Amino acid sequence: MADLNDASVPKLPRGVKLREDAERGWLLLAPERVLTLDAIAIAVLGEVDGVRSFGEIVDRLAERYAAPRDQIAGDVKTFLTDLIEKRMMDVSP
Amino acid sequence: MTPANPTAMLAELTHRCPLSCPYCSNPLELIRRDAELSTEQWVEVFRQAGELGVLHVHLSGGEPASRRDLEDLTEAAAEADLYTNLITSGVGLTAKRIAELARRGLEHVQLSIQGPTKAIADEIGGYAGGYERKMQVADWIAAEGLPLTVNAVMHRRNFEKLEDTIDLAVKLGARRLEVATVQFHGWALQNQAALMPTRRQVEAAETIIDDARNRLRGALVIDYVAADYFARFPKACMGGWGSVGLVVTPSGAVMPCHAADTIPHLVFENVRDRPLSEIWEKSDAFNAYRGVDWMQEPCRSCERREIDFGGCRCQAMALAGDAAATDPACEKSPLNEKLQADADAFSRGGDTLVHRAKAPAS
Repeated sequence: MADLNDASVPKLPRGVKLREDAERGWLLLAPERVLTLDAIAIAVLGEVDGVRSFGEIVDRLAERYAAPRDQIAGDVKTFLTDLIEKRMMDVSP
Repeated sequence: MTPANPTAMLAELTHRCPLSCPYCSNPLELIRRDAELSTEQWVEVFRQAGELGVLHVHLSGGEPASRRDLEDLTEAAAEADLYTNLITSGVGLTAKRIAELARRGLEHVQLSIQGPTKAIADEIGGYAGGYERKMQVADWIAAEGLPLTVNAVMHRRNFEKLEDTIDLAVKLGARRLEVATVQFHGWALQNQAALMPTRRQVEAAETIIDDARNRLRGALVIDYVAADYFARFPKACMGGWGSVGLVVTPSGAVMPCHAADTIPHLVFENVRDRPLSEIWEKSDAFNAYRGVDWMQEPCRSCERREIDFGGCRCQAMALAGDAAATDPACEKSPLNEKLQADADAFSRGGDTLVHRAKAPAS
């Protein structure tokens, strides 16, 4: 399995999509899967555009939330790695 | 109390199917072609499902590709903001149809394989050339870039090939593999002696699945439905009756699960007569086993009552003669010892396969 480093570019694969539901809030839908997203997950996925690298995403979130970069990097990595293992996130290279 | 909205709808578009698997989940009494909902009626069902908060729609059957309007139905489901999943045997699909389905908004395909070799797959499916067609269909799905789940029902005749089945899913480029041990409802009941896995096979499967999950982490997600007849606790069928999902049959009846019509006293209301939301919220069939109030002992005071909901209502009906009884697959059921002994006996014998019949035209 690909390991996330600063140069890795995460991207939502085809068949995995974000949608807002009137009663349930923001959701990530995949085959037979529904993830309910919390504020942090929404913020991270809002930065995933298939162009920005993991490092850039962490920089932007660290700036926006005025939080230590290491802490943000750890949280984002945990979240994205879980999605990668569920095949709900692709990463290149 | 108003129930939470359902998240998933199984749309059984037709009972017609070129295959005749001996464990088919369709009822023994198949719905005729001329009794199926029309295109316009399905379009309205999808619209209502979207309004009701359904997120995933599984376009299934029978073989959904037997419906010539599958492309139109897929588009209507996508327009209703439903995540569209096609559950197919592959037979009836062409490269052109797959491309058109993708263009109309299909999100995902779940392709069944009856075994990882031509011999076993075609014997179980009862359709010569089926295996080769499936391999072709998987290529077309990959060429189109559609995500793929492989679905494999396992039983005594193909359990020895579980590792090959996993390898095949990888080779076909699947993101996800569903390994479901055969369940004995409907057609499968006549095939218990031919299909019941052995305890040794079921134990070996656990190890094979664990190893594969570790080896393929990040490449292939494996969902495994174990054999409940050799387990301690029953399956949390449908995640609870009337809790997360609903089924619409080819003729428009709305059921809490695809086998619910084996419970004789339940009456299923039809989308032709009543809005889907009212059926979900108010119909007697949906409220019959919702929550925990209907439970008897030992379920009523069981600490697992909101984990497995007393198991499968249809299995309780079939084996205990009472749909409100504890599922005999639970070790707390007085019938569990008999269920396990019967399963062991079935696993020792019988080669005769009874294939499913064809759905009549009229």
